[in-house]
Amino acid sequence: MSSQSPSRVVGSSVPRKEGLDKLLGRAQYVDDVENKDFLYGATVRSSIPRGIIRSITFEAHINWSEFTIVTADDVPGENRIQLIMADQPCLAEGVVNHCEEPIVLLAHPDRHKLRDAVAAVRVEYEPLPAIFTIEESERCEPVIWGDNNIFKQFLLEKGDVDSVWPSAAHIVEREYHTGAQEHLYIETNGMIAEYSNDTGITVWGSLQCPYYVFKSLLRVFDLPDSKVRVVQTETGGAFGGKEDYPSNLACHAGLLAMKSGRRVKMVYDRMEDLAATTKRHPARIRHRTAIDARGKLLAIQIDLDIDGGAYATLSPTVLSRATLHSTGPYVCPNVRVRSRAWATNQVPYGAFRGFGAPQVIFAMERQIDEIAATIRMDPVEFRRRNFLHQGDTNATEQLMREPLILDELLDRALERSDYYGKHNRFARENATSPVKRGIGIASFYHGSGFTGSGEVYLNSQAGIDVTVEGKVRVLVSNTEFGQGTNTILTQVAAEALGLAYGDVEMAAPDTGMVPNSGPTVASRTSMVVGNLVERASRQLIDTLRSEVALGQNYTRAEFFEACEQYRGMHGNVQSLCHYQAPPGIHWNDETYHGEAYGAYAWGVYVAQVAVDTTTYSAEVEEFWAVQEVGRVLHPVLAAGQIEGGIAQGIGYTLYEKVVMQNGRMANNQMTNYIIPTAEDVPWIHVYFEEIPFQHGAFGAKGIGELPHDGPAPAILNAIRNATGVPMNSIPLLPEDLYARLAAREAEEEPAIR
Amino acid sequence: MSTPWPAIQLTINGETRCVNVPPMKRLLDVIREDLHLTGTKEGCGEGECGSCSVRLNGELVNSCLVPALQAQGANIQTVEGLGREDELHPLQVAFLKHGGAQCGMCTPGVLMAAAQLLENTPNPTLPEIREALAGNLCRCTGFTRIFESVAAAAEQEAHHAR
Repeated sequence: MSSQSPSRVVGSSVPRKEGLDKLLGRAQYVDDVENKDFLYGATVRSSIPRGIIRSITFEAHINWSEFTIVTADDVPGENRIQLIMADQPCLAEGVVNHCEEPIVLLAHPDRHKLRDAVAAVRVEYEPLPAIFTIEESERCEPVIWGDNNIFKQFLLEKGDVDSVWPSAAHIVEREYHTGAQEHLYIETNGMIAEYSNDTGITVWGSLQCPYYVFKSLLRVFDLPDSKVRVVQTETGGAFGGKEDYPSNLACHAGLLAMKSGRRVKMVYDRMEDLAATTKRHPARIRHRTAIDARGKLLAIQIDLDIDGGAYATLSPTVLSRATLHSTGPYVCPNVRVRSRAWATNQVPYGAFRGFGAPQVIFAMERQIDEIAATIRMDPVEFRRRNFLHQGDTNATEQLMREPLILDELLDRALERSDYYGKHNRFARENATSPVKRGIGIASFYHGSGFTGSGEVYLNSQAGIDVTVEGKVRVLVSNTEFGQGTNTILTQVAAEALGLAYGDVEMAAPDTGMVPNSGPTVASRTSMVVGNLVERASRQLIDTLRSEVALGQNYTRAEFFEACEQYRGMHGNVQSLCHYQAPPGIHWNDETYHGEAYGAYAWGVYVAQVAVDTTTYSAEVEEFWAVQEVGRVLHPVLAAGQIEGGIAQGIGYTLYEKVVMQNGRMANNQMTNYIIPTAEDVPWIHVYFEEIPFQHGAFGAKGIGELPHDGPAPAILNAIRNATGVPMNSIPLLPEDLYARLAAREAEEEPAIR
Repeated sequence: MSTPWPAIQLTINGETRCVNVPPMKRLLDVIREDLHLTGTKEGCGEGECGSCSVRLNGELVNSCLVPALQAQGANIQTVEGLGREDELHPLQVAFLKHGGAQCGMCTPGVLMAAAQLLENTPNPTLPEIREALAGNLCRCTGFTRIFESVAAAAEQEAHHAR
């Protein structure tokens, strides 16, 4: 056995590391942790979107002496959640800026007494005018945040778009809209907190990013690092929805624990989770594109505006990723993207799988089909003429150094879906059928890891150690929430060490035990953190070879013997690595130029839809997903990521509508916020082309977010193909489809006569 | 501590148990809080998501919608009663192999629904699998791996039966 032996563990579909616990029903999610000494916490929230808090009174029919009561006055440190900007209070202080903003916290030993108590806390307000749309925010009537309601803006420029418009053969202008989307992880947000003067604060909960929560607790409780500990419990889905909000909930549970001196558990029910926590940013995207007579892109101008809600949360970085993905995988010499994230009095919007990319890729890929229709060119051919290839530069003038096979991905997608055969067949059949079928395509890329210099600032640290019991443990703060972190990272370590999958386990996701290897977001775990684990493993082998004469080829027994020898000399066996940027990565935050991402994953997706012109329902009948994500570390998990992302993307496009009324979510139940069921998701055909990426773990790039990018445009391009009517907004529910088709009929009526 | 509530006797995973709970307490809470079987999950609390699915007298039910009184004398199976670590149910084996579980929150309910299906329909077609699982929402998998897992378990059981 040797670390140089051919791959055995990586690339094979080993059983999910925590799979048995999940299948036997013994995995411990936060609400499964019980103790008879717990208090249970609940939240009194704002009932208005904006106003001044005049008074808080507690109605007399409740025995308040039984309750622990916390307000902003009880915050020992800074009453601010630490994220990009610390603008969001932990608890409202004097004013509220959105509905459902937390104002008062209650705790009681009997959880069934909390509902009545929450209703018996009366908050009197002096309402202030509120704004709910990007348009209202732009008009600055009123200004609700900073000087101009803008959380963040970017200008990305390449060449000179203004010089192109007069001479362009065609100019196509369109406006696109995308709606909010709820993550709908099946496990709602939950947290348990404990506080003592000696040990400080400890929280256990459902979360993605232990060190984000850690950072907020430090400031809210004004404690040193040594007195804050964050432990992730088994987490039942996240999708970005547990990136930021767990910081708020951890602080809330912690404040109740501090004041009561008891352990406090807070678990949201579904209605509270839907109403009060973050969603995907709604967006308005305006495209103006110039094309030459041969069908080549000359200029792309995009005005991109997203609704950030009442506080900045992650909007600046969502906007950054949206800006960088907005021009798609195409060559264009002249680009101008002006982007802004606006403050409104909606519940803050936050991270959601894709992080701004699904919105802009929807717009760009619809625009591509609109351009093709305008210049009467096959949209497939138009894409092919403008694709990026190795050696080209993209909108930030990043040189595409790695092999880039969009043409091959496109060919495979066309062939597998029988794209042209169906295109022609549907055109014939639709003429006489009330069910109109169509086929549509989308091509796109997704950057892996943090944007620009983000990974350098993060400076992640990760590694492995070897226990006295003879187990290797992976030391990372990256978390498992269904996507496969535990499995992938232990595979990587086992492969690099020349051991078996069963020899490696994950250290507990506990800030008291693991280094900060960065957040579990941005399709970075396999590529960036996996690479650190691989390097740390190889580093350990080198150390054992030089210090205790581990042989060039070694058996499993020799490896663990060498570890024990090393432990005798040094006390422990641990190997840690810090992030190192791949060579040649330069990014300019000022000009927004350079290497925006270390690597990109690429996809070409095809959707086949049926539009019933009697019921106005649109159904995805079949879906093909062809992608290049570097080396596939675990084929079953990888396919599961793609299929799950596509199902969410189908929901985003055709089912999921967040209905907001005066700043409140009106459909905050699973009964009326509809996600795709087993009957709605089509058969999804998944194909991988593998080009190993030198700087990812065993050649891996990011994978988790890519599949959410493609479905919306592929489906709406297919609906255009089926109906002949362009649809430029999502979600597109039957009532929306009816309105759009009826409007088009009304427009066309005179011509028919 | 004495309790005013009448006793409800039921059999859960083959074991006879007695609980003193309010008659309208949700069966889900009885299972989780009083019987300490936390494998059964709450996803929505209104019978939409199926995370709390259990088998009650041979029927698949959403335990968040069943009052405790209705479980009087009932025979209930939860995920904990499906298989043991040393004797997994074919569904558990298949879900492990084919990636049918991701985050794991819908999994106990999905397993119950799938077990119900296979008992009544040992060789289900894909549309039959889809229909049987239509009341169990999964947000991670897109269902494809779940369909494959259920089909593989059915095949495995058929193989054993031969």
